[in-house]
Amino acid sequence: MDELLHTIPHIDRISHRGAFAGAGAKRTETFRARSGKDNKVLPSLEEAVRAAGLRDGMTISFHHHFRGGDHVVNQVLDTLAAMGFRDLTLAASSLADVHAPLIRHIQNGVVTHIETSGLRGQLAEEISRGLLECPVVFRSHGGRAAAIGSGEVHIDVAFLGAPSCDPYGNANGYSRDDDTSIACGSMGYARTDAKYADKVIILTNNLVRYPNAPWAIPEYDVDYIVVTDDIGDPAGIMSGATRYTKNPKELLIAQTAANVIDAAGYLYDGFSMQMGSGGASLAVARFLRQMMLEKKIRCRFALGGITGQITAMHEEGMIDRILDVQSFDLDAALSLKKNRFHHQIDATYYASFLFAAAVDQLDFVILSALEIDTNFNVNVLTGSDGVIRGAIGGHPDTAAGASLSVVVAPLTRGRIPTVIDRVNTIVTPGAVVDVVVTDQGIAVNPRRPEVAEKLKKAGMKVYTIQQLKDRAEALAGRPDPIRYKDRIVGVVMYRDNTVIDVIRQIDED
Amino acid sequence: MDLKRTAVAGTMESSDIMVTVEPRESGGIVLELTSSVMKQYGRRIEQVIRETAAELGVENALICAVDKGALDCTVRARTGAALFRAAEQENGTWEVGR
Repeated sequence: MDELLHTIPHIDRISHRGAFAGAGAKRTETFRARSGKDNKVLPSLEEAVRAAGLRDGMTISFHHHFRGGDHVVNQVLDTLAAMGFRDLTLAASSLADVHAPLIRHIQNGVVTHIETSGLRGQLAEEISRGLLECPVVFRSHGGRAAAIGSGEVHIDVAFLGAPSCDPYGNANGYSRDDDTSIACGSMGYARTDAKYADKVIILTNNLVRYPNAPWAIPEYDVDYIVVTDDIGDPAGIMSGATRYTKNPKELLIAQTAANVIDAAGYLYDGFSMQMGSGGASLAVARFLRQMMLEKKIRCRFALGGITGQITAMHEEGMIDRILDVQSFDLDAALSLKKNRFHHQIDATYYASFLFAAAVDQLDFVILSALEIDTNFNVNVLTGSDGVIRGAIGGHPDTAAGASLSVVVAPLTRGRIPTVIDRVNTIVTPGAVVDVVVTDQGIAVNPRRPEVAEKLKKAGMKVYTIQQLKDRAEALAGRPDPIRYKDRIVGVVMYRDNTVIDVIRQIDED
Repeated sequence: MDLKRTAVAGTMESSDIMVTVEPRESGGIVLELTSSVMKQYGRRIEQVIRETAAELGVENALICAVDKGALDCTVRARTGAALFRAAEQENGTWEVGR
């Protein structure tokens, strides 16, 4: 046989694997008898960590599809701390209030660097006060996917919680086999980690029979599986439907935003959209629905974080396709499970700047804001007191991708003005923000004079952003500037992973 | 204005301020302020409370204020109301649109 190989012309261009040398032993037992043997399930998290070859100084990753109900991050970090690991980089798609126990692991040197979309609660407060020597890196969902895909962020071991997984690693955010298990819907952010991490450990409380179809994560991306009783608190992972706001101020903003989209010419048969999950931005869907019924038009696709409002419109036949990177409520998760054209997408497909992404096909996006400045820059990351309390999410990705980005916010929150001279932290640059809608007036970015014209023609009053800022200040008074120290505690990346701003330590002396 | 008793005005609701006034013989105006917007508006709130006390001719008092993001007009109204009540005066001169 080897001799035959040598007679093949240009064999070097054809194959380097040599000649066939036998097919190996063939198994004859039934699929059922075979299942459960030779699989990827290990008896404990410790064993999986050892098998994955985790070492000090490496990068570990997590997803945030379990939101405030997540028990995976804390459970894994407790185990890694007990095993004596140090100097780890924690690259999470986002972190929430529930991750306050990380403070101790940072103090003990287990975690020395954090990459995330956002921070909240006690952990965020401590980091704002200078807990970490190395600044936290904040990326958008699209920026994170690009950084992982390009190798800028190299994940050594991904620890991914999954509400269902078979013994070979096909994992998903729900299970078609039962209706009682935990569901988180789409696992869009976890899919990017699974694809690019060197080693992938799935933590699941629900080991189902092969094949766990449909899956979010295919078995070839998974190395080890650990079965644990507790991956999270179902009530914190998701509950019911996100409710529509009853706050009249938010309803006024939402109605105005819907009118802006219509007047600007982006509400036509076959349009595309993304809604935020905040009070006012979510309520826009309600007014759009009414306008769509009146005009007898349909939406070609809705993108993003998906809520029950969007899936209800899909089931009514008003939205043809849903592209879901993250399901915000149980209704959305159930729709993903049962509706053929409610489709799960990964973070790269959603928003990576390295490819033509789904955000680039958006007609409009409705976005919320903590602060907007007179250059239309938007902050969704730091509070008016300078403390970190939010997440970038897909804000800059969708603002850049959509033909019309509409930022909705009350002009003041309590006494705090929303429209100000300079945002505390630039997350989304004014260059990609088109319209600001507040309860007390609309401002259009001077880059979009044609939009301002159309709104005026439709009888809407358009103010300058400076006028909105002056009005906020007349009501609330001019706030004293936040005092910061020189030390940088956070670095904010734009979606192309260039540095757009820094967050400094707050000065409480 | 002569303060006769301890008096309160306002609530702990969002966008309100609760002002408690206690008569003092001496020591000027002693102000204990807590606010949900202390960093941004603490200075301004103190200024408005002190101005209001001065305008009503109150020289000595302990004023405790718990602010939940009240606007200047609210701070002024609640402080004034607490002082009038402390002075047991019913017929204060109320202004609108100041």
